[in-house]
Amino acid sequence: MSLIDLSGTLLEVAFIAYLVATLLIGGSIKSKKPDGAQNRANKWGRIAILVTIIGFLAHLGYFITRWIYSGHAPVSNMFEFTTAFGMFLVGAFILIYFMYRVTALGLAALPIALLIIGWAAMFPQEVTPLVPSLQSHWLTIHVITAALGQSILAISAVAGLIYLLKDVDTKKKGKQRFWLEAILYFLVLIVGNIVVSTVFNVAGYEAQYSYVDKNGIEQQIIYNVPAIFGMNESTTLTEGAMDPLIEVPAFIHGLKLTTVVWSIIAGTIIYILIRLITRRRIADMLQPLVKKVNLQLFDEIGYRSVLIGFPVFSLGALVFAMIWAQEAWGRFWGWDPKEVWALITWLFYAAFLHLRLSKGWEGNKSAWLALIGFAIIIFNLVVVNLVIAGLHSYA
Amino acid sequence: MKNVVCVCGHENPVGTKICANCGRPLTEEAKSQKVLDMKYDGSAIRSKTYNKSIIDKVWNFFSSVKVGVALIIITLVVSSIGTILKQEAFVEAGNEAGRAAFYEESYGSFGKLYYNLGFSDLYNQIWYLVLVAMLGISIIVASIDRGIPLHKSLKNQRVRRHESFMKRQRVIAEGTVTTGDSSNTIDAVEEKMKKLNYKVRREGKALLAEKGRFSRYGPYINHLGLIIFLVGVLLHKFPGIYVDESMWIREGETRAIPGMDGYFLENKEFIFETHDNDPTTAQIQQGVNAVAKNYQTDIVLYKQADDAVPGQTDQLEVVKEYSIRVNHPLEHDGYALYQMDFRLNELKEMSFQLTNKDTGVSLGEVAIDLRNPKKEYIIDENIKVELMEYYPDFSGFNNEGAPQTLSPNPNNPAFIFNMITPEHPDGEISFVAIQQTVEPTGDNTYKMAFSGIDTVNMSGLTIRMDKTIPILFVGGFIFLLGLAIGSYWNHRRIWIEQFENGRIRLAAHTNKNWFSIKKDLDAITEYAHLPQYIDQLDDEKETENDEDKKEES
Repeated sequence: MSLIDLSGTLLEVAFIAYLVATLLIGGSIKSKKPDGAQNRANKWGRIAILVTIIGFLAHLGYFITRWIYSGHAPVSNMFEFTTAFGMFLVGAFILIYFMYRVTALGLAALPIALLIIGWAAMFPQEVTPLVPSLQSHWLTIHVITAALGQSILAISAVAGLIYLLKDVDTKKKGKQRFWLEAILYFLVLIVGNIVVSTVFNVAGYEAQYSYVDKNGIEQQIIYNVPAIFGMNESTTLTEGAMDPLIEVPAFIHGLKLTTVVWSIIAGTIIYILIRLITRRRIADMLQPLVKKVNLQLFDEIGYRSVLIGFPVFSLGALVFAMIWAQEAWGRFWGWDPKEVWALITWLFYAAFLHLRLSKGWEGNKSAWLALIGFAIIIFNLVVVNLVIAGLHSYA
Repeated sequence: MKNVVCVCGHENPVGTKICANCGRPLTEEAKSQKVLDMKYDGSAIRSKTYNKSIIDKVWNFFSSVKVGVALIIITLVVSSIGTILKQEAFVEAGNEAGRAAFYEESYGSFGKLYYNLGFSDLYNQIWYLVLVAMLGISIIVASIDRGIPLHKSLKNQRVRRHESFMKRQRVIAEGTVTTGDSSNTIDAVEEKMKKLNYKVRREGKALLAEKGRFSRYGPYINHLGLIIFLVGVLLHKFPGIYVDESMWIREGETRAIPGMDGYFLENKEFIFETHDNDPTTAQIQQGVNAVAKNYQTDIVLYKQADDAVPGQTDQLEVVKEYSIRVNHPLEHDGYALYQMDFRLNELKEMSFQLTNKDTGVSLGEVAIDLRNPKKEYIIDENIKVELMEYYPDFSGFNNEGAPQTLSPNPNNPAFIFNMITPEHPDGEISFVAIQQTVEPTGDNTYKMAFSGIDTVNMSGLTIRMDKTIPILFVGGFIFLLGLAIGSYWNHRRIWIEQFENGRIRLAAHTNKNWFSIKKDLDAITEYAHLPQYIDQLDDEKETENDEDKKEES
């Protein structure tokens, strides 16, 4: 087995381990009954953490073997970066677990990590050679520190989500109930994306089109999903492939829009099926799992992870970024979209800390803010890389 | 204004909420709190005290955290607007009209609106700078407003605190020792607290144990770092501090370096290499054949001799030879040259034969350097070609029939020649572009017949010098240091007092991380058999859960 195959296998092992650990945590919490099942639950909780650690080590193994094989830190394209982000998220969860000993945190941390890794796998996974601008040891230093900072910050959203699942009254109609369910619906949409990509991939769907890009140059593109939106002035090249239903202007990327719409369609169908079968909101379904959660403690975990993550993020995403930009481009700051969104993330968490310290925004408000912060991080990962083209765009 | 006199006799400055001496709450607001607001215990904040003069009002405005947070959020939202469309800095258009046209053509009427509102160059707009400046002022004012009272209150802490203070802390305990003799309980607590690295002060049977006080200064240190950083950024606006120039240099050429007086650069060779990998999925999807591996300009840096006339190029001393690559700029004397762009096989020279249209006889050849064309080309005393107009990047004729150029780059050169020949001593005018000739009269005797081109690789370099870098570095370092101090340490205080009857009263406070201070409390409670503490913010049900959690771990 070659090193890169081993690397792929290790990633699969990690994925399965996280999946098993999620089920174990769910089971350990559910079985907590006053009839002395407490110890049994603790035992399952401990096994869950052990499985998580095994998964994390396999994940780390993937990272290291890929690094050795490719000769550079595996954070240079969308698949590699997102997979690494998932790894750091699990790492941050393990760290926080050993500080506070709460397995319930894994109830949200692990599924989110699973979604992130699953979504990453939808991108091309080959090792790509580095373009000149990425050939620097700052790639390793800046990207890894920034991803680490983001993943620790993400733990605050994980704690916030669990906090809200318990705190928000899902029996009463209201804004909080609506938005909480909206977040869970969004997570289902990611599942939809993974399902759609996998199904068409397995079916071997491929259609080639030619189009005119925004510089007026003719290009070709391969769709792996049926084209709902066609590229600008698109012509179908593959015989028998369907013509795009709607054509979009040059500054919109038809393929990306199509993928988003397919994900929404599939995700919504899955969501409706869940609702029809269980006849409950997802938040209602998850609520029994978090019944025993100590709100004060989860509020503190959320706050603490921002405190730990914020300096790491500042160092990696701003300071190291500026040093590298100075070395590569001769200016430490250039208002590139990715830079701006790193600044926005940083400003947001600065506001979070000031609101908490001076205005006493704790508990419920703080949990919502943590989720908004995570949304900004995800926006910076997904939209800024894939939609807003700039110096940092991976695809 | 008069000072506030506490029941204990201590005089506190106006605005003080909690007596600096005994800790009694002084205001009605403080008295009504179940758990005291401990941020600036025992001191008065200027902004919360005075609100009379204009200076007070301005001061209060900027010192308000509410205003600070609002400024942060506004900056955040406004900044995000600048990422909706490409900023002008990333648009390749020569002039303002070109940029305006770019936004309208690429993004339609939304693009036009975006451009007209100034969002296309948002981060250089005066109102954006004002916003950042207000944020800076807010940081300074708020830091002074809160930092000084905080420092005073931390420095002047008393050991013994009044009951009304102790009972209004979040974590409290009261009662008798759980087992054994209580005569040396305070000694035992002192011993244990010292083991836990607390600084302990005693006043008889009262004790104050404190840890990590320096962490309270963290926010003020990081704010100082931010201010130093912002000052560094502001200095960019002053002349002589910042140089940002760019140059195109062809292979074999030696040119003066813009912005770097007295220095010349020779481009020996430009190297472009690609990876020889198998095409990846992403490459195939995007139709990209090869992935770039290296952009490199091999250069020689020259300095003019000290006694040379400025601009003279014959007295050059070699400073160094270097290969400028991406991520590996040439650094010299505070300046740095960066590999930014390149053009392969760029048109360098175009040659024409001055040919008689009827006989096909050539009177001579003219070679035009497309970057530095001459005004006239002399073949002999009667024969010469004047270059009347030059359009390096010819894009057609406008409504009035005048030729247009898109850019100063010779992508599609076009010329207006005046051909002076023995037959026509006043000259014949001809417009010549690639595969196109226009004659105003239509009956010229001579033409400029295209005879050949010469191409060359060009390298685009950026020259930068930034004297503020050390300031930015110091600012950044202080910021991170302050952030680490404020985030990774916390200020824990535990007050304990034993009364004549042996009863013990305990109160604990930390600015963050209650989880850890409770662990410390667990340790001393067990060691000195203190009464069990309670967290006044936990409701009863949650406290039970807390017990569960403890058993679990």
